[in-house]
Amino acid sequence: MTYSDPIISVDKLTKKFGSFTAVNAISFQVMKGEIFGFLGANGAGKTTAMKILIGISRPTSGTATVAGYDIYKQTEQIKKSIGYMSQRFSLYNDLTIKENIEFFGGIYGLTSRQIREKSDALVEKLGLQDKFNRPISDLPLGWKQKLAFSVALLHDPKIIFLDEPTGGVDPVTRRMFWNMIYEAAYRGVTIFVTTHYMDEAEYCNRVSMMVDGKIEALDSPARLKEKFGVNSMNDVFVRLARNQDKAKVQ
Amino acid sequence: MKGFIIKEFFHIFRDRRSLIILFGMPIVQILLFGFAITNEIRNVNIAVLDKARDEASERIIEKMLASGYFVMNGYLETEDEIEPIFRKGKIKAVVVFGPDLDRNLTAGGIAPVQIIADATDPNTANTIAAYAASIVRDYQADINPNVTLPLETIPEVRMLYNPELKGVFMFIPGTMTVILMLVSAMMTSISIAREKEMGTMEVLLVSPLKPVQVVAGKVLPYILLSSINATVILLLGYFVFRMPMQGSLLALMGTTLLFIITTLSLGIFISTVAQTQQMAMMMSLIGLMLPTIMLSGFVFPIDSMPWPLRVLSNIIPAKWFILILKGLMLKGVSITYLWKEVLILIMMTLALIGISVKKYAIRLA
Repeated sequence: MTYSDPIISVDKLTKKFGSFTAVNAISFQVMKGEIFGFLGANGAGKTTAMKILIGISRPTSGTATVAGYDIYKQTEQIKKSIGYMSQRFSLYNDLTIKENIEFFGGIYGLTSRQIREKSDALVEKLGLQDKFNRPISDLPLGWKQKLAFSVALLHDPKIIFLDEPTGGVDPVTRRMFWNMIYEAAYRGVTIFVTTHYMDEAEYCNRVSMMVDGKIEALDSPARLKEKFGVNSMNDVFVRLARNQDKAKVQ
Repeated sequence: MKGFIIKEFFHIFRDRRSLIILFGMPIVQILLFGFAITNEIRNVNIAVLDKARDEASERIIEKMLASGYFVMNGYLETEDEIEPIFRKGKIKAVVVFGPDLDRNLTAGGIAPVQIIADATDPNTANTIAAYAASIVRDYQADINPNVTLPLETIPEVRMLYNPELKGVFMFIPGTMTVILMLVSAMMTSISIAREKEMGTMEVLLVSPLKPVQVVAGKVLPYILLSSINATVILLLGYFVFRMPMQGSLLALMGTTLLFIITTLSLGIFISTVAQTQQMAMMMSLIGLMLPTIMLSGFVFPIDSMPWPLRVLSNIIPAKWFILILKGLMLKGVSITYLWKEVLILIMMTLALIGISVKKYAIRLA
C-alpha cells in the first residue's frame, strides 16, 4: 500500500520561546490514510509542533497546511476537520458515558439524531450498554482511553491527533487500542500519533524522530532499522540521541 | 452552547462540595451574621447600688429592665463590692443611684446617677453606657416635661438611616458582597482551573468552539446561580431581618448584576494565572476573600484605617458595591447619586476582562 496524497504539509516550521528554539525549521509531509508516528524524547519539541498543527499555538515562522487549510488563517476549518486526544484522559469523569458523547457531539455541531445514532453504534461496538448511564469515573482506565478515542472520532475527522494516547495503560489494552487505530486508518482516517513506546513505533507506516527541535530521521520503521543497522526501533532511537549528544560535545 | 451550559450544571450539581458552597454557605452566613455576630447589646447583666431607694430609682430600674437590653443580676450594698463583682466577669455594668434621687430630680437639679461599665471590651462598654444614660434621660424628661433639663447642654444625637443602630443592616450588604465574591469569583476560577488540570481544556480549545464561547459557557451558569443567591439573601434580609428597601428595586437588581459580572471577571482573571484548582482556591481566598472582608468597610470602618489601607481599599470592588447597596437600601437615594461607584465597577470589570483576554492571547501565541 502506498500513500501519495499529502494531507499535512509542513515547511520550515519554527517556534521560539524567547531565545529557546523549541521547533527548529522542521519540514515533513503526512499522507492521507497513513499512520504517522511522531517520536522524540521528552522536551524534543514534538508536543509544541503538534500544538501548532492543531491550532492552539502559533508558529514563529514557516508554513503548514492541515487537511488543506492554512495554519495561520484557517484554524477554524482545521479544528472542524481534526480530532484530538491527549495523554491525559480527556473526557469528563463526573458525567455519564451518554452525557459525554452528547456534549462532545454537540460542540462539534452534530445534530441530536446523529449523536443518538453514533452513540448507539459506539456503545454496541465497545460493549458498554450496561454502563451507558454510569459516570465515566466507574470505568477502568483502559476503557476510558478507548472511549475517549471513539469520542474523538465522533465527528468523522479527516485526521486524528493522538498525544501519547497509551500512557499508563497495560500492554493488553495498548494492543487493543492499536487495533482501534488500525480500524480507523482502514476507514481512511489519517493518524498522527506521538508515543514513548518504541514497540508502538513499529506499528506505524512511517515515523519521524525529533531530537532537540529538529527532525533527524523520517522513514518507515523497516528502512530506519536498515539504515542504522539495528534490529529494533529502540536502538534507532538510542543511536540518534547518542549522535546528538556527541555533536554537542564536539 | 446549550450543551455546554447543561454540562456545567451537571458538574455543579454532582459535586457535593460545590453545592454546599453555593447554597448552604450563603444561608448559614446570613443567619450567623444576622443573629450571632452583631454589635448590638442584649441581655447585659447589671448590678445596682441603690443609695436612694425611692420611687425614682425604682422606676428607672424598672425602665432599664423593660428595655430588654439589661438583666438585673443583684443589688449591692456598698461601693466596696463594685470591684470584686466586675472581677468575677459576669456583670458588665453597675448603676449607682445617689441618695435623695427623687427630690433632686423633681427639683430640677442634677440626677446623681453613675453608670460604671466594664471597659475590657470598649465597644460594648460604650454602647451599654449610652443606652443606660439615655434611659435615665428619658425618665427625667417624663417626670419634668416642661423643665428644660440640667443647665448644661445635652447634645441630642439622631442616628440617620439606621436609628436603632442595627448591626444587621451593616452585615447584610457586607455578607452579600462576600458571598457573591465567593460564589462567582472562586467557583468560576476553580471550575476553569479544573478543566485545565484534567486536560479537558485542551480538548475544548482544539474543538471548533471559540475561546470566548468556552469562557462564556463556564460563566453563564454562575451568573444565574449568583443571581439566585443574591435574591435569597435579599429576601432573607427583608423578611427575617426587616432590612429596609428604600430605593429602587430595579436599580438594586441592575447593580447587583453588575457586581456579579465584576466578580466573574475577577474569577476569569484568576483562572488565567492559576493552573490547578488548589492554586485557584488559594488565590481566591487570600487574594479576594481576605481583602473583601477586611478592607471593604464591611467589618472595619474605612475612615478609621491608616491612610495606606484607605488608599488600598479603593481597588477593592466590594467597597464600592457595599456603598451602592447601603445607598440604595438604607438611604433610598436614586441611582444617579451613585454614578461614581457604578462607573468604578464598570471600569474595573472592563479592565479585568481586557487583561484576561490579553493574557489568554499570549498563552495561545
